[in-house]
Amino acid sequence: MPAGMPAGMKGLIVALSRRLFDAVRDLAPIIVVIAFFQVVVLQQPFPNLGSVVLGLVCVVLGLTLFIQGLETGLFPLGEAIAHAFARKGSVVALLAFGFCLGFGTTIAEPALIAIAAEAADVASQAGALADDDAVREAYAFNLRMVVAVAVGTAIALGVLRILKGWPIHALIIGGYVLVTVMTAFAPDEIVGVAYDSGGVATSTITVPLVTALGVGLAAAINGRNAMVDGFGLIAFACLSPMIFVLGYGMVI
Amino acid sequence: MEFVADFVDTAFGTAVDVLPIAVILVVFQVAVLRRRVPNLRRILAGFVAVLLGLTLFLIGLEQALFPIGETMARQLAAPEAAGAAATPTGTTQVDWRDYMLVYAFAAAIGFATTIAEPPLIAVALKAEEASGGAIGSWGLRLAVAVGVAVGVSLGAFRIVTGTPLSWYIIAAYAVVIVQTFGSSRSIVPLAYDSGGVTTSTVTVPVVAALGLGLAANVPGRNPLIDGFGLIAFASVFPIMSVLGYSMATSWLNRVRRARRSSEEAT
Repeated sequence: MPAGMPAGMKGLIVALSRRLFDAVRDLAPIIVVIAFFQVVVLQQPFPNLGSVVLGLVCVVLGLTLFIQGLETGLFPLGEAIAHAFARKGSVVALLAFGFCLGFGTTIAEPALIAIAAEAADVASQAGALADDDAVREAYAFNLRMVVAVAVGTAIALGVLRILKGWPIHALIIGGYVLVTVMTAFAPDEIVGVAYDSGGVATSTITVPLVTALGVGLAAAINGRNAMVDGFGLIAFACLSPMIFVLGYGMVI
Repeated sequence: MEFVADFVDTAFGTAVDVLPIAVILVVFQVAVLRRRVPNLRRILAGFVAVLLGLTLFLIGLEQALFPIGETMARQLAAPEAAGAAATPTGTTQVDWRDYMLVYAFAAAIGFATTIAEPPLIAVALKAEEASGGAIGSWGLRLAVAVGVAVGVSLGAFRIVTGTPLSWYIIAAYAVVIVQTFGSSRSIVPLAYDSGGVTTSTVTVPVVAALGLGLAANVPGRNPLIDGFGLIAFASVFPIMSVLGYSMATSWLNRVRRARRSSEEAT
């Protein structure tokens, strides 16, 4: 890996300008779609064109910096951790790390806090909860804990799968069947929340780190293939909250 | 300066999100691994770039795209724009064909926001690297974006017709299971992963606004019950489209190889 020293300055500038171009290309579809529907379909002018342009400049610069940081920061870090754990050889420590990473990144996730509060309102309107703020707050907090434990368990289990080389489809399909069966028995008001809770574990910083960890582990362990074994942690992290939240809805 | 205040606010929020990750990394590094991280300074600089980049990205979206996108989603969902003005008020009879424009918008915005989704870019870059270039990052992202477009559009149709969410999701799972057994082993984990990364920073606010706007405007729908679920559609359909894309390319390759060998034989 080339070190980012002054000799690499020119290379860095070339790389950055390439990324700048890529960022413009990545954002072009949104701009075209919004402009088309605003001007042609709804036939309305753009409000505050100046602030829109300033915002777009920020988005392009931000995406460029993010991708640059991904390649120099998050990916190498995930790989370094994977290699360090593989060399240390302690399965327990690795699983504990996986659980903490999943739990820690989920518990503070703003999207989850919002969904949990909304779910408490829905449950309270449906009459499943007493109409009381303290009860609603406790329900929302428990829901957040359930989802965080679910994601922690999912990452730990996903890491164990990489170590053992288990085929992913058996676990995922088993999970789908479980979700399907539980949907039939869970109270109606929890189902929409459960399905949507699957998406909250995948924050912008967790995904690159977890992906690099999985691929790095698969590459560091003999007999594992980066494509067959390295991916799939995110899929586990999306599936398990559905199961845990449906279960929580059935128990409570 | 409002902009500076926004920047500081968003940067603080992003830093708080990252804090638990940073604490866990440091604790395990110091207490368990006890090994020096190679290129530590470079990695830290990368971390700062990620934080700064994400902050700018979020501010820009808030400033330029979300307000218009969200208003647009609500306006298009309103009956007048959808051309359903002829429906007499007070009836719950909805003709799904009145909302063609909404399905078109749902598909277009689902596709466009997915292409710009940072976690998907990250997974696609990693996939290209891990597959040694056999899976192009751009091809993967296009396949995922097509899946989200179909999913969000169908999700809008579900809200308009008021049919149960679980029917669609369970049917989609069944298709995914069948596809899994017909696909090559090396694409399946990546396809499953791509379902989860589509519903993030860029897609969720606009798509959620579309769902709530539709559920509030279509007669007979309740935002609390029918507004949910678009995200679930956006997570399942990319799995289908990625598996489908991989099945199509391997089938094409097989056809091409068969044709070539039959040409050689003659």
